[in-house]
Amino acid sequence: MNAKTADKIATGVIYAISSIVALILFAMLGFILVRGVPHLSWHFLTSPARAFEAGGGIGIQLFNSFYLLILAMLISFPIALGAAIYLNEYAQKNRFTAIIRTAIEILSSLPSVVVGLFGFLLFVVQFKLGFSILSGAIALTLFNLPLLTRSIETSLAQIPDLQREAGAALGLSRWETVLHVILPAAVPSIVTGVVLSAGRVFGEAAALIYTAGQSAPALNFADWNPFNISSPLNPMRPAETLAVHIWKINSEGIMPDLNAVSAGASAVLIIVVLLFNFSARKLGMKLYKKLTSA
Amino acid sequence: MTNSNTDLKPASEFIRENAPERFIYNMDPEKHEIALSTHDLQVFYGDNLALSEGDLQFERYKITSLVGASGSGKSTFLRSLNRMNDDVATVKGKIMYRGVDINTKKIDVYEMRRHIGMVFQRPNPFAKSIYDNITFALTSRGNYTKEQLDEVVETSLKQAALWDQVKDELDKSALALSGGQAQRLVIARALALKPDILLLDEPSSALDPISSAQVEDTLLKLKDQYTIIIVTHNMQQAARISDYTAFFHMGKIVEYDLTRKIFTRPKVALTNDYISGNFG
Amino acid sequence: MDNITKKLMQRSESTRKDTFGRVVSLTALILIGVVVVAIFAFVLSRGLSTFFKDGVNVKDFLFGTTWNPSVTNPATKQPYVGALPMIIGSFLVTFLAAIVATPFAIGTALFMTEIAQKRGAKIMQPIIELLVGIPSVVYGFIGLTVVVPFIRTITSGSGFGILSGTIVLFVMILPTITSMTVDTLKSVPRYYRESALAIGATRWQMIYKVILRAATPGIMTAIVFGMARAFGEALAVQMVIGNAALMPTGLTTPASTLTSVLTMGIGNTVMGSLQNDVLWTLAMILLLMSLVFNLIVRAIGRRGAMK
Repeated sequence: MNAKTADKIATGVIYAISSIVALILFAMLGFILVRGVPHLSWHFLTSPARAFEAGGGIGIQLFNSFYLLILAMLISFPIALGAAIYLNEYAQKNRFTAIIRTAIEILSSLPSVVVGLFGFLLFVVQFKLGFSILSGAIALTLFNLPLLTRSIETSLAQIPDLQREAGAALGLSRWETVLHVILPAAVPSIVTGVVLSAGRVFGEAAALIYTAGQSAPALNFADWNPFNISSPLNPMRPAETLAVHIWKINSEGIMPDLNAVSAGASAVLIIVVLLFNFSARKLGMKLYKKLTSA
Repeated sequence: MTNSNTDLKPASEFIRENAPERFIYNMDPEKHEIALSTHDLQVFYGDNLALSEGDLQFERYKITSLVGASGSGKSTFLRSLNRMNDDVATVKGKIMYRGVDINTKKIDVYEMRRHIGMVFQRPNPFAKSIYDNITFALTSRGNYTKEQLDEVVETSLKQAALWDQVKDELDKSALALSGGQAQRLVIARALALKPDILLLDEPSSALDPISSAQVEDTLLKLKDQYTIIIVTHNMQQAARISDYTAFFHMGKIVEYDLTRKIFTRPKVALTNDYISGNFG
Repeated sequence: MDNITKKLMQRSESTRKDTFGRVVSLTALILIGVVVVAIFAFVLSRGLSTFFKDGVNVKDFLFGTTWNPSVTNPATKQPYVGALPMIIGSFLVTFLAAIVATPFAIGTALFMTEIAQKRGAKIMQPIIELLVGIPSVVYGFIGLTVVVPFIRTITSGSGFGILSGTIVLFVMILPTITSMTVDTLKSVPRYYRESALAIGATRWQMIYKVILRAATPGIMTAIVFGMARAFGEALAVQMVIGNAALMPTGLTTPASTLTSVLTMGIGNTVMGSLQNDVLWTLAMILLLMSLVFNLIVRAIGRRGAMK
């Protein structure tokens, strides 16, 4: 076989492979959306799940997912921001920095089920928080921290050193320069990173099944006092999320419309995650434009 | 060939042999007000000695140029003066300012840099409005009324010869300015803190000739109120604007004198070679 | 001493703020470090108690082929805690998924960087990003409703098993390996390509003999990352593998992995019991394996750097 023929065949194979990959994605998206979207309705999105009969919804799970997401982001963002600032602005090249960097790398590569089990052991059992929103939010925080830290660090590193020199030359300390110069300039890319990580957190289930639990007790959406047991805001109640719900009903669900509920829930999950991914970039670009023009 | 050759050397060679290897102008404190002086300054990058025997005096309200080939240590020296090199280098020796050595741990570097400001080669405005670029360092350390800030913005932009061009768009992002405008904004930003001494590291080398000339004009006007030390690789610029010139070579200051002397009758042969373009 | 000189010798507000910022940000960083140490300490201490507290033989655990912790072997007076079926299951799905995914990932990456740079990146980049974004339970659900029935119709079994797990994991790790391979290919210097083409090589010769050779360490790293993800994936695999803790006898018979046994079991055992301890030992193996994957990546990085 001469080189020209080989080149043609190889090119053909590469085209074929890429087409298959594209096809897999479109088939999956198509499957979920075609199966799931017809099932979506206001009733489905807002009413509680039913265990034994058809017609149940995902209202509580959807609320739990967002509530957990917000709590997890509220806890993890300041920690990740602080860690990223130290790593990018203060850390010197020494043993301590190398060890911490390795630790973060290891944390990011830990299977999320292990992170969830650790959360179960420490928060659910040891600290007696039980299966609760709080335990789940902490587990999601641990899951989210390494990647968010790295993404913020990258955002900070993209701001040229000229800006740091400018701050220093004006008698501003490192911290003041970071707070008032570097961070504002990095906001577009930090926002993109945060929203992308929110998408990951929203779809995570393995870290939650033994921390936030696998049950969704009825909520009274008229009661917003976080200390009441049936209040949606109560952080100590168990809270099955949308992702956990999909896993749960497919593993042991017995309702007759199981497939329709799963498809509907999967469609919602995917749509939300896609919205996050899409808006992450849009938002970042918009903020950047605002920063450089106005 | 006979040994008579040695007797018949050309005149230039004769001068060369008898010229000093180093000449540092020593100011008489009675006659010159010294704003800043360095004493046996040494800068190390790791174990690498980048600059040694740094002994210079800078006269108040004068412009001093630091010239030399790239890698000669002139920028290293300049950046040591307000300790911008603290993170990357070890600086030994004394830097005397207002009767104290500012190269010690006791000195608050942030406070010191408010009196010894710096402008860099590439314009580095903040990603903020023109107005905020100038007021930001002030407001981060004290309370000012809107009127006071307005006044500071106007004065410093006028001093930097930028006011007329931007006075109607102070809210615009500074990133939208042209290179020359951005550099003058950066100078205005430094001036807003009312420093004593302004250090400039090749401030016009990244600019086109017209913007460069504008920056030079600005510096000449500022001389009445500021002591200026400028690193430049542009000999004409040094000759045009500075009162004193120091010539750096391979990590040492080879010659320091009044600019007109350096450019007309340098005492050190190496300086002569450099300004006449024989190397560098 | 005048006022300015005095101020030079005092701690300025900037210095105070800087000290504050340094302490706060360092605290956040150390907190993450503490979390990592805590995870290791807790999982190791629980996982090791199988051997120290319950007296299970390490060899029996790692190489025993029967998993039924609640039943005691009358011969040895020890419960059946042979974890080999799950260990084999985990490694099998991981390697098979990596083997299938690698050619697809390299092909797609080549398409994006060498064959159709502009168009390829424009079409495939969002596809890869979307694939990364799909949550693992959705992969599991699709596996359960599409892959498993499909396997069932073409083979005689139930459809659950290693093969279904491999297919699901293949799609899951494909974007990971692809995007990292793309980064590696992009970092191959342009002049490699130009000099290969200049001496008359065809595009494929250039790719095969120059680009892929130069990118080998990076592609290996990408594959190891993909394998780490496959090894640690829990729910998607658990949904399609059949969850039978038996030595796999074929690709289409129900099997299990470390993660699937863990997710099924932790909730059904009592803390501190042997049945619970052995599950923590499985978690410990997962933890140690992710450490091993990390070390492999580092080793590849070092060897790549030496060249």
